[in-house]
Amino acid sequence: MSGLAAIPSTSASTGCGDAPVLRERGQREVFCGLTGIVWLHRKIQDAFFLVVGSRTCAHLIQSAAGVMIFAEPRFATAIMDDRDLAGLADANDELDRVVTRLIERRPDIRLLFLVGSCPSEVIKLDLSRAAARLSQRFAPAVRVLSYSGSGIETTFTEGEDACLAALVPTLPAEPAEAPSALLVVGALAEVVEDQLGRLLAALGIGTVRFLPPRRATELPPVGRNTRFILAQPFLAETARLLEKRGARRIAAPFPLGAEGTTLWLRAVADAWGIDAATTRGVTAVGEQRARQAMTRARELLAGKRIFFFPDSQLEIPLARFLSRELGMELVEVGTPYLHRQLLAEELALLPAGTALSEGQHVDNQLDRARAARPDLVVCGLGLANPLEAEGITTKWSIELLFTPIQGYEQAADLAELFARPLVRRARLRV
Amino acid sequence: MQLTLWTYEGPTHVGAMRIATAMEGLHYVLHAPQGDTYADLLFTMIERRNKRPPVTYTTFQARDLGGDTAELFKIAARDAYERFRPQAMIVGSSCTAELIQDDPGGLARTLGLPVPVVPLDLPAYQRKENWAAAETFYQLVRAFAGPHAPPPGTPRPPRAAGVRASCNLLGATALGFRHRDDVQEISHLLGRLGVDINVAAPLGARPSDLARLGAADFNVVLYPEVAGTAAAWLGRIFGQPSVKAVPIGIGGTCDFVTEVAALAGIDPAPILADLPSRLPWYSRSVDSTYLTGKRVFIFGDALHAIAAARVASEELGFQVVGLGTYSREFARDVRAAAKLYEVEPLISDDYLEVEQTIAAAHPELVLGTQMERHIAKKLGVPCAVISAPVHVQDFPARYAPQMGFEGANVLYDTWVHPLMMGLEEHLLTMFREDFEFHDAAAPSHLGGGLERREEPVAPASAPIGPAPIGPAVAAPTVAAAGGAATWAPEAEKELGKIPFFVRGKARRNTERFALERGVAVITVETLYDAKAHFAR
Ligand code: SF4
Ligand code: SF4
Repeated sequence: MSGLAAIPSTSASTGCGDAPVLRERGQREVFCGLTGIVWLHRKIQDAFFLVVGSRTCAHLIQSAAGVMIFAEPRFATAIMDDRDLAGLADANDELDRVVTRLIERRPDIRLLFLVGSCPSEVIKLDLSRAAARLSQRFAPAVRVLSYSGSGIETTFTEGEDACLAALVPTLPAEPAEAPSALLVVGALAEVVEDQLGRLLAALGIGTVRFLPPRRATELPPVGRNTRFILAQPFLAETARLLEKRGARRIAAPFPLGAEGTTLWLRAVADAWGIDAATTRGVTAVGEQRARQAMTRARELLAGKRIFFFPDSQLEIPLARFLSRELGMELVEVGTPYLHRQLLAEELALLPAGTALSEGQHVDNQLDRARAARPDLVVCGLGLANPLEAEGITTKWSIELLFTPIQGYEQAADLAELFARPLVRRARLRV
Repeated sequence: MQLTLWTYEGPTHVGAMRIATAMEGLHYVLHAPQGDTYADLLFTMIERRNKRPPVTYTTFQARDLGGDTAELFKIAARDAYERFRPQAMIVGSSCTAELIQDDPGGLARTLGLPVPVVPLDLPAYQRKENWAAAETFYQLVRAFAGPHAPPPGTPRPPRAAGVRASCNLLGATALGFRHRDDVQEISHLLGRLGVDINVAAPLGARPSDLARLGAADFNVVLYPEVAGTAAAWLGRIFGQPSVKAVPIGIGGTCDFVTEVAALAGIDPAPILADLPSRLPWYSRSVDSTYLTGKRVFIFGDALHAIAAARVASEELGFQVVGLGTYSREFARDVRAAAKLYEVEPLISDDYLEVEQTIAAAHPELVLGTQMERHIAKKLGVPCAVISAPVHVQDFPARYAPQMGFEGANVLYDTWVHPLMMGLEEHLLTMFREDFEFHDAAAPSHLGGGLERREEPVAPASAPIGPAPIGPAVAAPTVAAAGGAATWAPEAEKELGKIPFFVRGKARRNTERFALERGVAVITVETLYDAKAHFAR
């Protein structure tokens, strides 16, 4: 049979469930939640993201996107200036003017997000009221919602959480008598969505929907008979609001790696009462193929020591994948926030005694990384080249958000992302 | 509130970072939320620097706002001093911190740090990156050179006989477009002239070097956008004149040599007699004939845009069909330059407006920033980058200055490279139907990568293709009132033989011609009538 037997139960008493965590305060070297726009605007194809912020915010998005210039980007910034800061009534009028101009220019927009930033939060510009006002004005053609991607409230991937959380109250209500349906939550590459959808169908899950949907006009309904499962670990607020609407969360590790994908699918199967043999029948082939595809990377990575700087909140699931499926040794696993509840199943799978850190003091953490001399450091774009110049091999983490990495068929690609920097380092003679 | 898709300049604190990162021994403590740390990647990824910028961010969060963000700043500043031990520090606010009004300068003073701390006041909601870079450099120059100023009104003592003239080389920053190579090129040129460099700053300078600025005889202001304010102050306080000529292109570099020589009391003739550049000959060689009158649109920072217009016009024989800048501070200079080429100056930092203006000018080559590279790509027009903002590929591994005589070689190569070569272009025009010469064909030396798109050959109203079977519809001979003329299939086909980069214009001109004359169906005859009409 497949390697399933090797997987310990998630309720085993080993793991890091209660491990102490190093909590740090100091300079955080992490993007703010605005960054999520870079992938969300590609995901929801008829949505537009209007940041209400400063020149800094506009510059962040264009720089974080690697300055990919899209012919018609579906995001923009309303840059506030002195006049907007002078009086709030004024700022609201200005915002209405900007939005009106935008919607005239882009009649294809169905859903407009007003995205709050640090400056808009600090001057207490109420974007939810503005959204309600503008929604009324442009109904039914355009719906206007708001969320905050500000750096004083969100780090990096929390922007996606805030965006999806803003969608939850607007999801249509599922009738009480509707049959059970599954909602997969978290932005995934389309290829991943399709693969997972096929596997779930093979398991016999009747209705499978995704949040966010590909089109704003296709919002999935939600209700008491909705069971949802997270595909991304950073969606705490979205999960909370879905539960408020009666949906029940299926707890599971995240679908990274062969094991992660099987456990994720199995959690769904268990919730649907599907018997173990059927589940194995569906997962065995993919899992086996994924394990085989990872052989090369495993040879390269086994025994290598890895150090995570906090970035995307994917760190803990990735660390679990790298240690259990590829045999890497975890030196330190940093994460911007540790949601113990959502990550309970992941933490249980980590080797006992894994050094976890939450928050950041970047200079102290760099000192620890230098002292530990890991084989590979996972970090953001600001740190990668300076560390490489010091002789430390790095994997820049933003790629993990822009690459399809979930599911069986992507497991080897994910492993390759970590193997490639080491292969390169070994090849170069300069 | 301004609706913005792409920005040409970053926020003010990025301007200050460009100065701090260029210098040695200076550390910047920036009161800012965590997301603002993205700015590090401009330097580590785009410029590929191998060190983190010398910047400490306080990264305050919402929960700190009710509490003590000022204390957070003090801790960050003290820790930064302890860890990095800089010669001096600069402190300031990003846009968010400006709103919470913690006064980093005042807070830093209370710490009693044992090094000079220069507070920066860079209004984030009024100003932008380049202004702030200039202001930061000026504040640093004042702070460090100021104490060495002679009493006001003291005339500058003449240089002692037998002592070589010396100058300061001002304005190069981190993230500047080819600044590193320009400094090397101009230093070399000054050396050949026999002029010493007293201090080059900000790039490579320490705060203690700034204290020595007054010792030079004059200032070379490589980038007025950054060093103009400081040089004006040095002129007032130390009586140092500034060299005005911009050493870009052969003409610009010769003017520069002449001006420097005059200030240094040197004869420029030996240098001017034998120019170490291939541009003049390459441009006169017959293969370059095809460059004559190429329509070029130029957009960038004021310095590079104005210089590029001169090179394009005088040294490559192009036709300047558009000139613009996003640097509003230098709008006047660009307007004056635009007059020389009889074009309407474009002063704007609105990407959409720039895009529209370029499209309307129908250029055959665009010289611009990375934004214009994307505009040009969309329009299917070749492009070369001449100004910041630029992307990682514009920090080449090879030596590639824009300034000086070697810089002129670089300009020739990089501007001509994206174009078709002479004979190739003729063949393309003559044999449009050759399968290798279709519209999507890129210049043969560029491989298949260059994308060329253009408006479809067929207007939506008259799709070409297999002729409709069935009774021919009698063509109306007079256009419906106000209606546009339709294209006869042969005329459409003929239009397709016109080179793609002028085809849009030919189509519009012909349609206008037809409309004015009430011609309903454009035939091959109409096309050539219109051509003759507009050629007059
Ligand atoms: S941290 Fe705040 S000010 Fe900075 S880019 Fe993000 S939202 Fe804008
Ligand atoms: S915004 Fe306005 S935003 Fe904040 S630093 Fe700049 S110039 Fe800035």
